[in-house]
Amino acid sequence: MYIMIKTSDLTYKYPQGPQFSFPDFTCDSGEKLLILGKSGIGKSTLLNLLGGLTKAKTGKIHIDNHEVSSFSISKLDAFRGANIGIIFQKNHFISSISVLENLMLTQKLAGVKIDRKRCDQLLEELGIGNKANSKVNNLSEGEKQRVSIARAVVTNPKLILADEPTSALDDDNCQKVIELMDNQAKKVGAALLIVTHDNRLKDIIDNQIILS
Amino acid sequence: MSLLKLAWKNIIASPLTLLLNIILFALGIGLINFLLLFNQQVKNKFENNLADIDMVIGAKGSPLQMILCNMYHVDNPTGNIKIEKAKPFLNPKHPLIKRAVPLSLGDNYRSYRIVGSTYDILDLYNGKIKEGKKWVRDQDVTIGSTVAKKTGLKLGDKFVSSHGFEEDEDLAHDHTAFTVVGILESNGTVLDQLILTNTASIWNVHSHVETDTVEDDHEGHDHGDHDDHDHGNHEGHNHDDHAGHDYGDHKGHDHDNHAGHDHDDHAEHDHKHDNSIADLLNHPEEEITAILIQFKSRTNFQALSMPRNINENTDLMAASPAYQINNLNANIGVGTAALRYLALLIAFISGLSIFISLFKSLKERKYELALMRVSGASAGQLFFLIIIEGLILGLVGFAIGIIVSHLASSVMASAMSDAYQYSFDSWKFGKNELYLLLLSLSIGFIASVLPAIKAFNTDINKTLNAK
Repeated sequence: MYIMIKTSDLTYKYPQGPQFSFPDFTCDSGEKLLILGKSGIGKSTLLNLLGGLTKAKTGKIHIDNHEVSSFSISKLDAFRGANIGIIFQKNHFISSISVLENLMLTQKLAGVKIDRKRCDQLLEELGIGNKANSKVNNLSEGEKQRVSIARAVVTNPKLILADEPTSALDDDNCQKVIELMDNQAKKVGAALLIVTHDNRLKDIIDNQIILS
Repeated sequence: MSLLKLAWKNIIASPLTLLLNIILFALGIGLINFLLLFNQQVKNKFENNLADIDMVIGAKGSPLQMILCNMYHVDNPTGNIKIEKAKPFLNPKHPLIKRAVPLSLGDNYRSYRIVGSTYDILDLYNGKIKEGKKWVRDQDVTIGSTVAKKTGLKLGDKFVSSHGFEEDEDLAHDHTAFTVVGILESNGTVLDQLILTNTASIWNVHSHVETDTVEDDHEGHDHGDHDDHDHGNHEGHNHDDHAGHDYGDHKGHDHDNHAGHDHDDHAEHDHKHDNSIADLLNHPEEEITAILIQFKSRTNFQALSMPRNINENTDLMAASPAYQINNLNANIGVGTAALRYLALLIAFISGLSIFISLFKSLKERKYELALMRVSGASAGQLFFLIIIEGLILGLVGFAIGIIVSHLASSVMASAMSDAYQYSFDSWKFGKNELYLLLLSLSIGFIASVLPAIKAFNTDINKTLNAK
C-alpha cells in the first residue's frame, strides 16, 4: 500500500465566480476516501481538478508520483485515460454502440489493451452480463450506473473518482453500489474517492474529509 | 472499436437523417454523373461518326436534319436528289474532292436502315468484313455487327425490307428480298447499325413500290431494255410479265457480264450494277439521298467555299458536319448546362444537409464527445471522428449516386437504342467518376469541418457539469 493521490494548497477560481480553497489530503492505493460537503461548496470542482478536467489556480496534485497539475492538456488527456476512472453524477454513454462496445472503446481511447474478456467478466461481476449487447439507452438507471462503474474500472485505473454515485438510490442500493465500487477498486488496486453530500455514506466509509 | 467503426455506428444510429443525407447526396452526384455520361456518350458517337467527312450534299431542307440523317442515321432525309444534278460531285476527277460516297436511303429491316452506297462507305468508316464478303450483286447486303446481333440475321439469310424508317409489316416490299452475304466487324461507328447494299438495290425496291401505286410514271420506259438486269430489279414488274418482253436481243448472253454491252437506246447504261460511281452516273434519271464528301485539302479555299457555292447556285444543299454538330452540341449544351447547375445546386444542398445534421447531432452528442475526452481521446481524435462521419456520408452518397446514374443511363440507352438503333455502353466508368469521388469527399469534408472544429473545442468540464 502506498500513497496514490496527494494534494497540496489546491485553489480554484471561477472566471466570474467564487474562489475555492481545498484542504490537503492523501489517499492510498486500495483505499477509499469520502469527500463530504453541502451543495455549492465546490465538491464537483474538486473532482474536476483531481480528474484533470480543469486546471487549478494554485496548488499541486500528485497521482502515483506524477505531478499531474503540471501536465500539458494533451499529456493530461492521455494520463487521465490510462489512469483515472470517473463515475459521473449523470450517466452518459455513447448511445450508438452497445454496452460492451462502450467498454471496449474506453479501453481503446485509454490506450490500454482491448480486452473483451475483461469487459465481459466485469459486466458479469456487476450483474449485467446479459446486457452486454444492449444499447445503453435501453437500460434502467440502476443498470446504467453499473455500466458507469464498469467503464470507470475497465482500464484498471490507479484512481477512481465518483461524483454523487448514491444520491438517487434507496438505502439498499446505496449500500450495494458502494460495495461494488469498493470491490472493483480493491481488485485493481486503485484509490477510490467519492464526492457526495449523501450523509448515509458517513457510516460506510471511515476515511473522510469535510469541505466547508 | 476504431474511430472509423464508431463513426459508422454514429451515422447509422439515426437512419432517417442518414436516408435524407444519402438521397440528397446521391441525387446531386447521380445527376451530375448522368449528364456527364450522357454528354460523353453522345459526343463520342458524334465524333466516331464524323469519319473525316467534310461536306454532305443532299436535297434542300434543314442542314442539321440532313447531317443527322445521312451521317448519324437518326432523322429522316430532307428528300432525294437526281443523279443528274449530283453528277459534278460524283465525278472521280473532281479537282477538290478526294472521295464522294453516295447514299440512298428509304428502307429498313426491323428498324435498321438499308443504305445503298459504294464500297467507299466501308473505307470512310474503316469497316472490315468479319464474315462473308462485301455486297456484289443487286439485293446483296452486308450488315453491321449490331444488326446481326439484334436481328439474328446470318450469312445466306433472306429478308424483305419495309419502306421508311419505322418497322411496319404492311409496308413490306415483298417483291425484292435481300440476301445477307457479309457481316461487318463491330467498330463503334454508325456502320454497326446499318445494312449496306448497292444503290441499285434501293432503286429496285422502290421502283416496285412506286409502280405498284403509280403505274403511269413508267409508261414511257421500254421495259424490254431492262430485262438483262438482275431480274426483279425494275419498275414494278410482276415477274410473270417478263415472258412477254422481247428477250431476243439478249438470248445466250452471260447475264453476269453485261458491262460491255451496248444496248441500243440505253447505250450509256452499264447493266451490271457494279457498285461503282460510274454505274451511278449511267443512271442520271435515278435518285440518291445524299453524298458524303471528303476534300483533298481541308485548307483549300475553294473547297471551303464549296458548300456556300452549292447552296447559292444549285438546287442542292451542302452542309459541313463539323459546323452543324458544333451547333447542335452548343444547343444541347445550353440545356445540359442548366441541368448541371441544378445538379450542382443539389450537391450544394446535400452538403448543407450533411452540415446541419452533423451540427445537430453534435448538440445531442456533446456529452458523448466530452466523455470520450475523459476516457482519454484527444481533441484531434474527436475532430477526425466528425470528419470521418462527413467523409463516410460523402462516400456512400457518391457510390449510390454513381450506381443510380449508370442505371439511369442504361435505361436511357435502351430507350435510345429502341428509338435510333444506337447502342450506348452505359456501364463504362471513366475519369469523370474519379473527379466526382473527389468532389464528394470534398463536400463531405467541408460539411463536417465546422462541426469537427466544434467537437475539437469541446469543453469537458462545462459540458459534463452543465446542470
